[in-house]
Order: sequence, then structure tokens, then C-alpha cells
Amino acid sequence: MKGEHRTSNERAAVGFSLRRLKALCWKETLQIFRDPSSNLIAFVLPLVLIFVFGYGINLDTPVLRIGLMNEASGTEAEGFAKALQGTPSMDIRRYQDRKSLEEDITNSEIRGFVIIPEDFSRRMKQTSDTAPLQVVADGSEPNTAQFVSAYINGVWQTWMLQRAEDRGEEMKREIALEPRYWYNPSAASRNFLIPGSITVIMTVIGALLTSLVVAREWERGTMEALLASPVTRAELLLSKIIPYYVLGMVSLAMCVMAARFIMGVPFRGSALALFVVGSFFLLSVLGIGLAISTGTKNQFNAAQAALNAAFLPAMMLSGFIYEISSMPAFLRGVTHLIPARYFVSSIQTIFQVGTPWKVLMPDILCLMASSAFFLGLTAKLTKRRME
Amino acid sequence: MNFFHRIRALVIKELQSIVGNPSSRALLIMPVILQTLLFPNAATLEVKNASIAIYNRDTGETANELVQRFAQCGAFTEVIPVHSQEELAESIESRSAMLAVSIPEDFSRKIAAGETGPVQVLLDGRRSNGAQIAMSYLQTITETFMKDRAAEQGRTIPSETITRYWFNPNLDFKNFLLPNLVAVITTIGALILTALSVAREREQGTFDQLMVSPLTPEMVMIGKGVPAILVAFFQATLILLAAVFIYDVPFRGSLLLLYLGMFFYALSLVGVGLLISSVCSTQQQAFLGAFSFMMPAMMLSGFASPVENMPKWLQMLTWPNPVRHFVEIVKEVFLKDASAERVLALIVPLAAIGFCTIGCASVMFRRKAG
Repeated sequence: MKGEHRTSNERAAVGFSLRRLKALCWKETLQIFRDPSSNLIAFVLPLVLIFVFGYGINLDTPVLRIGLMNEASGTEAEGFAKALQGTPSMDIRRYQDRKSLEEDITNSEIRGFVIIPEDFSRRMKQTSDTAPLQVVADGSEPNTAQFVSAYINGVWQTWMLQRAEDRGEEMKREIALEPRYWYNPSAASRNFLIPGSITVIMTVIGALLTSLVVAREWERGTMEALLASPVTRAELLLSKIIPYYVLGMVSLAMCVMAARFIMGVPFRGSALALFVVGSFFLLSVLGIGLAISTGTKNQFNAAQAALNAAFLPAMMLSGFIYEISSMPAFLRGVTHLIPARYFVSSIQTIFQVGTPWKVLMPDILCLMASSAFFLGLTAKLTKRRME
Repeated sequence: MNFFHRIRALVIKELQSIVGNPSSRALLIMPVILQTLLFPNAATLEVKNASIAIYNRDTGETANELVQRFAQCGAFTEVIPVHSQEELAESIESRSAMLAVSIPEDFSRKIAAGETGPVQVLLDGRRSNGAQIAMSYLQTITETFMKDRAAEQGRTIPSETITRYWFNPNLDFKNFLLPNLVAVITTIGALILTALSVAREREQGTFDQLMVSPLTPEMVMIGKGVPAILVAFFQATLILLAAVFIYDVPFRGSLLLLYLGMFFYALSLVGVGLLISSVCSTQQQAFLGAFSFMMPAMMLSGFASPVENMPKWLQMLTWPNPVRHFVEIVKEVFLKDASAERVLALIVPLAAIGFCTIGCASVMFRRKAG
């Protein structure tokens, strides 16, 4: 605060001036608002992305298109066909010949089919025989194929039990698995994908936008001009951090609101937890963006580097779509170096579970460490330039 | 003759500026190599190396054998034995286990008495997709277990399902991902290249020189488009080779059809790239424009999650998205040996997109030149 007592023409490179910082922050803010392309990244892209992720990325198929060919006659076979057709999560299409079945699964018209073989009803009646039911799923969509087979098997089991009951037979399953999906009883993938996607949006703002804007200052030489002025290193860094931090937090709030109120994702945690986790993650990505731009000093390279160092890892290695535990050991190790990983797991917990600090704490500590590391790196890079 | 001569000169000049510059050369090859190495290993929706917590209160034989079978499942590499309901809950909450199995005290006794033995399975809803797949593994194991027991006791079950996965028998996620990558990675190269090359000439002032030369705007566009198409072919071929020879993805279809589709895909990308560059005056704007188009286009292509899972209105909106059509072409030619009629049907929208975007870009260029 010493700086406030000095006149501006004094060489006041020593000491920290709140007034200078305010002026610098204001300049930075104006820069963001005046440039159409930074407007695009700061305001338009986050909203577009939350809607794209919110509606476009969904691992659950609302209605599976399944082919059905009943080669058998008799009530048994027809009973099962009816059971399939009565399932709301399946759109059953009847077929008369195998050729068109094969054609349609090849052209992705259907994702799987069931064939009830000719002798099905007869073999069902024989107690010594097991009647086979043929199920084919389209493996070119592996995730959907898993659900095709699971759903058809589910219908088949229910039908078998129902059939036994109707015939007055005592047919008990020896073992019954009773699944319960905690935090997300309907097991809707949107409920974890939408919170996770906020990570990608924050990365776009924090890393891509900052790296571009700061690199532009280097390119145009205005950064050198600033460095030659009485502005201190701390003021300079803070003036780059504060406006983007505010911008990032505003967009975090916007995304969470959209997720909660427009897309109906349950939010069970506290605003405080969201604020803490969001702040440290944002500071980490801001640090990455600033370090990149200070290191490259060129807009084009900065954008490329931000894309490869921040954006792609946030998409691929954060666990937002692809489960980290399923990756090979080496990559699992790499994910520990990526701040997005900690943010994804904690924001999913905040949305779905609530605020169990004990669970969140390790993630928060890692995010604190990464923000300290990247901001420190930027400070170090900036220092070298000043000499 | 004159026409082709000029275009050839222009294409050579463009190629020189792409290949001659070491940093832009690196930019065309490095990301392809990096992503081809990283993506197929990282991006999987399969469940592997998952942790399962087991709370077994029953000392009976049946319960032990069931637990044994769960633990032997290849997808679960870590089995966490827990000794109280609280521990069980905590293993899920802290994410140390994806699913937790709880077997009650009277499980074996109930089965012996001819009743149903219940097994409670808790799953982490924060990873509901993986949890559902893991659950289906448990279901299959239990099913086999019951069948084995029935066989031992000389009982037969009236019916069973036999499931086959066509086109990808082991549901290997790599076989799905690599064809997708051919489409996705090519997008980045071709689109950014076209969008930036015009913007760079604008920034450097050489665009006006091109416009006052005897070249027509259409010839300039061809000169910008042909190198981008060549680069797209080159990148796609690299990934194709990696898919077949490094990752052993079976290529079942016709190369000719694939490259025919690729040509129209590259054409539509060039169109989009030119259209973006026709409204941008700096490289930064062009880059951001390309990025803003690419992100949603890739996300809504069926690569991250199937198009059929989207709401109907969004499915309609993906129609003008070239990535969506090409993802389908590559995947179906690769894995399903798609017929020529099918591929041609998928090419029609690509050709339409290319025609519209190139037409619009040409109008924009003429307006700016005039």
C-alpha cells in the first residue's frame, strides 16, 4: 500500500500498489470484453458446450432397436415374443427372414436381434432338454451391445419366472442379486457426465483463453512495455489471474445452474465445497495457461500447446467419460499429474453425494499443490523475462 | 491447359509452405502419432482393473464358492474384504471400490432349504455406466454358477440364452475406437489447415496479391483445398496403418469405398474451413472459429456416445455435421464390410455439405475480392 503515497512518475518498482493492480485488472477486463474472439470463448462457447455435453453425450440408450424373428410356432415362443414387445426400453421389429435381419444389423438399423428357433416350444416342454434362445448384438457399438444383451437377458429371466408361476410350478431362483445404485438410483449416465463436462469447459476458459490473450500481449510487444513500467511482478501476475478467475467462477456458476435447473441433475453438495474445489482447479488451469503463454510468447503455438497440454488431457484422462481404473497402469500413473482428474472426481461427488469433506480433502490438497506449482512456474518464467 | 498449370503452381506453393516449415510439418504429424498412441489406451468404456468390496457374513460352502467366482473374474483385479456394513459403505463413498457385494448370514442355509438366497450389490452411481457393466458381469457369473449347480444335481433348466457379438466378438473397445479416430483426427488437420492458410495470407497481406493475380477466387480455393485433402488422406492413412498393424483391428471392408468416402469427407471439411476463413481476418480468429466448430462437431458425431442416444431434435441437428457421417462410413466399412449402396447413401450428405459450404465460401470470397 506504500505505492499509493507515491506520485506516478516516481520509480516505484519496489512495493505493491493496490491502485496499479486495480487499473491493470480493469484494463484486462476491457480487453476480454472488447475482443470478439475472446467473447466467443468466454461466453458463447461455455454455454454451447454445456448444452452439447448435456444433451449430446449420453451412454444410456433410451430405446434399443431390436429385431425379432420367431421361427417357432406355439404359445411358448409367442409368449416370450410378447414379453419382449411389452418392454418399453425396446423397440421390437419383427422379421420373417434372416437375410433382412443381417442386412439391417449391418446398416445399423437395429443394434441386435433375437431368434426363437423352430423347436423352441417343443424343447421347452421337455423337462430333460434346455431350449436355446439365440441373441445377437452389434459389437461395433460395444457399450450399447453390453446393454442389448443385459436387457434381453433381463426380459428372458422375468418371463421364465412368470411362466413358472403361471403354470403353478415352484421355480425359485437359487440366488438373486439385488443391485442398488447409490447416489444415482436410476443409473443415468447424464448425472455424472454433465458435472464432469464442466471440467472441460473450465479448462477452455482457464487455459485456452488466458494463453491466447497473454500470448497476444507478448506478440504485440505490449508485455515488454508493461514490464518496463513500474509494475511489479506480483501486480502483473495478479492482474492476469484475478479477471480470469472471476470470469471462470462466473461460468462455473452458470454451468452448475444450467445442469441443476435446466438439465435436472441433482445437486446435493454445498456451495462452499463447490467454491473451494472450483477455485483451486481454476487456479491450476490458469497457471497452466499463463505458463504456456509466457513460455511460447506466440498465439498460435500457445493455442496448440493449450489444446494438447490442457484440453485433451481434460477430455481423455480426467475420468470424465472414460473410467481411469480401466486404463493401463502407465496411463493411470500419468492421470495423477493432471489437475482435471481431481476436479472431475470431486465435482461428481459434490453433485451426487453431497459434501463429505473426508472424501473431498485429498482431491482439494492435490488441486492446491497443482495450482501452487503452475502459478509458481509462471512467476519463475516471468522473472527470467524481466532480466 | 493454362488453368491446370496455374492450379498446379498454386498447389505446389501451398504444399511447400506446409511441408517446408518444420514447425507446421511437426504439427501435422506429431499430434497424429501422439493421439494414436494415447487414445486407444486411454479411451475405453470397458470395465477392467475394477475393485470389488466383499462383505461375506456367511460361512457356508455356497457363499464361499460364489465369492471365489466373483474374485476370479478378470475384470476385478482388486478384491477388498470388508468386515462391517460401515466399511462397505465407506469403500463405495471414497471410490476405493466400484461395487460392493454383501452376503447375509443365512445365505447358504436358505439355498439349502430350497429358498432364494439374496445377495445385495451396492454400486457407485457416480460411475453408473461402468457399474452397470460390472453388474452384468456379476449376473453372468451367478447365472453360470446356478447352471453348474443344477448340472451337479442332475437338474436341467428349461431354457437358456446364447449371446453372440457380431463384428467384434470380444467387444474389444479398440475395434470401435480406432475407426472413429481415423475420422476424428483427420478433422483437426484438414479443418485447421484450410481455415488458417487463408487467414495467414490475409494477415501477411499476400491474399490481396492472390486476388489481383490472374487467378480467379475459385482457383485460389482449389489451390487451398487440394493440399488439405492430400494432408487428410496422409493422416488418415497413418492411423489406418496403425489400427491394422499395431492395434490388430480387423479391416473387413473395401479400401476403395473407404477412400471414396474420405474424399467427400475431406471436401466437406475444406468447405467448412474455407467458410470459416472467409469470415475471419486473423489467424487467431480462424483458429478459434475452427475450434468452436470442431468441438461440438466431434462431440455430436457418435464418437463419444452414439447418435441414437441423443434426443430426436438433436439427432436432426447432427445431419449437417460431416464428422457424424464419416464416423459411420469408417466404422461400417472397417468392421461390417458395408455395401457400396450403404456407403453411397452415407456419402450423399457429405457431398451436400461440401457443395453448400464451398458454394457459400465462394460467394463470400467474390464479395470480398470485388
